Amino acid sequence: MSIKEYPRLGEKVFRRQLSNGLEVVVVNKPCHAKSYAFFAVRYGGMDMRFQLGGQWQDTPAGIAHYLEHKMFDSETGDVMQAFAKNGASDNAFTSSAITAYYVTCTEKFYENLRILLEYVSTPYFTQESVEKERGIIGQEIQMTEDDPDWRVYSNLMGCLYKDSPARVSVLGSQESIRLITPQTLYDCHKAFYTPSNMILVCVGGMDPERVTAEAEAILPRESGPAALRDYGQAEDPFPARKEARMTMEISMPMFLAGYKCHPPAEGEDHLRQSIIGDMACDVLFGESSPLYTRLYEEGVINGSLGGNFDLLPGAAYLYVGGDTKEPRRVFEEITCQARRLGEQGISGTFYQQIRRAAQGQMIRSLNSFENIAVSMTEGYFHGYDYYHFPEIFDSVTKADVEAFLRENVTECRAAFSLIEPGN
Amino acid sequence: MTRQQIGANMYLTYVPSEKFKTSFLSAQLAVPLRRETAAPNALLVNVLSRGTARFPDMTSLGRELDMLYGARLEPTVRKKGEIQLLGFAASCIDDRYLPSGERLLEPLTDLLGEMLLSPALQDGHLNAGYIASERENLADLIRSTVNDKRSYASRRLIEEMCAGEPFGIGRMGAAQDVEAVTPEALEAHYQSILPRARLELFYCGSAPEERVKGAFVQAFSTLPREGEIRLEPALRLPARPEHRVVTEEMDVTQGKLCIGCRTECADRPANMIMNAMFGGTSSSKLFLNVREKLSLCYYADSTYYWTKGLITISSGIEPRDYDRAMEEILAQLEDLKNGVWADWEFEAARTSIRCALRSVEDSAASLEDFLIGCGVLKDAGTLEELKEGILPVTRERVMAAAAAVQPDTVYFLRGREA
Repeated sequence: MSIKEYPRLGEKVFRRQLSNGLEVVVVNKPCHAKSYAFFAVRYGGMDMRFQLGGQWQDTPAGIAHYLEHKMFDSETGDVMQAFAKNGASDNAFTSSAITAYYVTCTEKFYENLRILLEYVSTPYFTQESVEKERGIIGQEIQMTEDDPDWRVYSNLMGCLYKDSPARVSVLGSQESIRLITPQTLYDCHKAFYTPSNMILVCVGGMDPERVTAEAEAILPRESGPAALRDYGQAEDPFPARKEARMTMEISMPMFLAGYKCHPPAEGEDHLRQSIIGDMACDVLFGESSPLYTRLYEEGVINGSLGGNFDLLPGAAYLYVGGDTKEPRRVFEEITCQARRLGEQGISGTFYQQIRRAAQGQMIRSLNSFENIAVSMTEGYFHGYDYYHFPEIFDSVTKADVEAFLRENVTECRAAFSLIEPGN
Repeated sequence: MTRQQIGANMYLTYVPSEKFKTSFLSAQLAVPLRRETAAPNALLVNVLSRGTARFPDMTSLGRELDMLYGARLEPTVRKKGEIQLLGFAASCIDDRYLPSGERLLEPLTDLLGEMLLSPALQDGHLNAGYIASERENLADLIRSTVNDKRSYASRRLIEEMCAGEPFGIGRMGAAQDVEAVTPEALEAHYQSILPRARLELFYCGSAPEERVKGAFVQAFSTLPREGEIRLEPALRLPARPEHRVVTEEMDVTQGKLCIGCRTECADRPANMIMNAMFGGTSSSKLFLNVREKLSLCYYADSTYYWTKGLITISSGIEPRDYDRAMEEILAQLEDLKNGVWADWEFEAARTSIRCALRSVEDSAASLEDFLIGCGVLKDAGTLEELKEGILPVTRERVMAAAAAVQPDTVYFLRGREA
């Protein structure tokens, strides 16, 4: 077991890779009442095509999320109830690239950890339970259809990408989930839920030796083979469509603009790219940026304008949006400001100001156990130690951010998704 | 943790802690929630948030916050029972993580004081342009609550059930009331509440108490103090004899069924456990029976408002299932009244409340919300008292709590008939 201290962050981390390939990370937080365990699989909504036993398999959209739901069934009863009896609160999520199961508790941590490790590593599906889930997930999909935030986002992704599974909803569709059977779920579990494709991150005052001992006792002794994945052909840098529009019963127009960016690198460059992209957002439309303050003071935008830089398997994009009476104008102003910054450069004093704020923001994010666990997981899956961010942050220059804006945030890489009020 | 009076009608709650990366500060004016003042109050903090005499616009204020290592300073408007809390919450990186002994506590506390006491003025008055734009933004924000149908339905239930009571007023007031506030009225309102409202201050972080107290006393030294606005406990009314049903139609595919109940049972720990067993957790009857077993709802949960004696239920259903969902939801309550539950349900509810109360201390923002509530609400009790109060609750007390729950108003949101 390695123990590493990070004096700039005031953090201490234990790490060990078990002989079955599972990465175990314990972030030491002895003063908190709660303990947190986060068990994640490198498998998400975009992993629809993969190789198992030498055969390429195409699975239906939404299967990773469906599998996440079904993992909560076990032969002995419902997992959520077992946690609830211990006063623990548990949940799970499926993103484009990760499925994660986690539990927070203030007592009986090792018992909760055992439940977590056991249910995630033990598939148990019956025809009947898989059938029943279709109704529940069907409702969840239906609910997103009434959700303007969700619609404006999924319409944007449909514009940005031609073939990449990034354009497909993590939930799938009513049609795609009809194709899911117990067998497809077992196949996906076998292909991806294998120790070498997973990480366990615990945050709290728990004993790292005991955590690894529990994981060794419960999980398989060996990993299965790593599944090959296919995200389709590399896409050109331009969006498939420039625009999507729809009407919904909302109070004000809502837009989301996206800019297709260079696909992500691996290793520490992945983190570096993510820091540069985040800083580009701050410089371009952050709350203290000249563009944001001007548009706000002119009454064109309200506090809802915001966005981010997002890295997916083989795809990356920057998005920005909000509620405004002049969505098209805001979109054009953002693109125009990015060009200006890329060509004429960012003012040195403004860059220093944004840099300080970004530095504070990264330290601030370590207040959240979930943020810590997600960041550690992304770091592990992409081959870097997230807690190196202060050093990587130090290496980012103004020229990096300018180059990012110049190359990525341009008219020809942009797509625009709009929802207008109406019945 | 300490709470002390540091001036006339002015209190400081101090929580020493080294477990967070940030320090958390807050300054809140506590006033009664009233229809005439809710909107001007909410508008006021938004206008004040636009700038101070020293940092009169978003650019200079934003620059100052960025230079304080991305300090945050946000206007807050909350409802605690029938009290409205308005002010600012701020946070900054704790001194321990700053390069070479920089100190952020004093400059940020000063800024917090300036936000309330020293606004950006234009010809000696509140900036008319700021008022106009914040008025529009706030009205838009209140109207945009319709976008999220789940929370919209819950809010409409409270509005309908408590129409005529202060609790029926939204925390930010109504959009049309915001639009009716003139610059003159807003300024007069500001001058009227500032000297008389209770000021609650809060700090959580690694700085010693004396330093924190000194910073706050300094930052609020020019606060005028004259007279006092009294804070009253919330009204508690009995349920109407026959429950009333309010139906609205909108462009939605999933129906939202909300049921509002009142209780005259004042046994708060028993009500908390009863609510947790009913619909407060994922091991509750609503979750396990109505959602999971019967698949009647996509979600179904309940909330207990102790200050008002209300239990509300919120669920998402297929509109055609309305009658069955109503019936099954109320049947769960009936089971609680009759003591129909397994031992583990009771234990799980008690454990989940104990854990939730413990977890309050793991977030500075939750501590602030809880402790400021204790400061302004009569009978709030301390965190310790609440934790201890949960233990001796018996089966009979939970049954009695459930028996006192009476449906008052039902709010149903459904799609338009084709």
